[in-house]
Amino acid sequence: MARKTPELNASSMADIAFLLLIFFLVSTTMDIDTGIYKKLPPIPEDETPENEPKVKQRNVLAILVNRNNELLVNGELLDISQLREKTKEFILNPKNDKNLPEKNVKTIPYFGDVMVSKGLVSLQNDRGTSYETYIRVQDELAAASRELKDEKAMLKWGKKFRDLNDDQQAAVKKYVPMQISEAEPKNVGGGR
Amino acid sequence: MSKFRKEGGKETPAISTASLPDIVFMLLFFFMVSTTMREVDLNVSVLVPEAKEIVKLEKKDLVSNIYVGVPMRKFQKTFGTEPKIQLNDQFATVDDIQSFIASEREARKEELRNKLTTSLKVDQYTKMGVIIDIKQELRKASALKLNYSTRQAAE
Repeated sequence: MARKTPELNASSMADIAFLLLIFFLVSTTMDIDTGIYKKLPPIPEDETPENEPKVKQRNVLAILVNRNNELLVNGELLDISQLREKTKEFILNPKNDKNLPEKNVKTIPYFGDVMVSKGLVSLQNDRGTSYETYIRVQDELAAASRELKDEKAMLKWGKKFRDLNDDQQAAVKKYVPMQISEAEPKNVGGGR
Repeated sequence: MSKFRKEGGKETPAISTASLPDIVFMLLFFFMVSTTMREVDLNVSVLVPEAKEIVKLEKKDLVSNIYVGVPMRKFQKTFGTEPKIQLNDQFATVDDIQSFIASEREARKEELRNKLTTSLKVDQYTKMGVIIDIKQELRKASALKLNYSTRQAAE
């Protein structure tokens, strides 16, 4: 019979494992990518602008951002912090103002026949606008949309929008449509 | 009483450290699985803007990144200080984006190709001109899912 093999000393195993552990701790990143999700419109196949549906002026919230990062909302100079309230007022139109969007009756599951705004947000940037401002505008619009949806969800179910199930979310989305159209780029300020 | 007293029971036995490697290995495997290596070396400095209404980007393998920012100092002699586009490991121009998207699609399985999201990692001081051009190119390449990478802003 062969000689007994001496037992292997495993006490340094922990040290080796620690070394590897520390290497992985240092060399890896755990950051999760976060961001604002957008869907780009496809390029229209036939370039005939006559096909575009005409939208009444009262139904459009035109946001222009110039190269000095100033906002012009429907012809009125506005600070970016006021944009959220302005957008909410535009979509809701609580007093049925003649200058704010029309509403039409739609039948929506869970809600029944309700008045839905025909409002449309149109965003136009200059080439010289800073990316930071652009993101802030997008963020404010998204926040306005979320607050409106939360409001409706709260009234109906007493829950926030993101806690609803898929069907309910789809219904609320129909109730508070938030269409943001980004105009084709144009060069207003001259500089690139 | 003294019947039950053990002999020399006062001394505490040495704690066995034999299971320590197992614990450490467990930690090691956790970190190996849960983390991802940095895939590209950044040639441009990117500090993405802050936003509040953000969503998490799921499925990292279905994301292709486009970086835009001012070149790092060591590249500034050759590439200047204007914001540049970086695709994979090298500098690129707007015209390269369509072929970049095509090659990214090529690298994925066929059934996943239309689920590809493009993540724009753009420095916050960049002007919109570059981004407008990129967006037009993405539309031409029909890569319509877009994510503007942002940081979580403090409430």
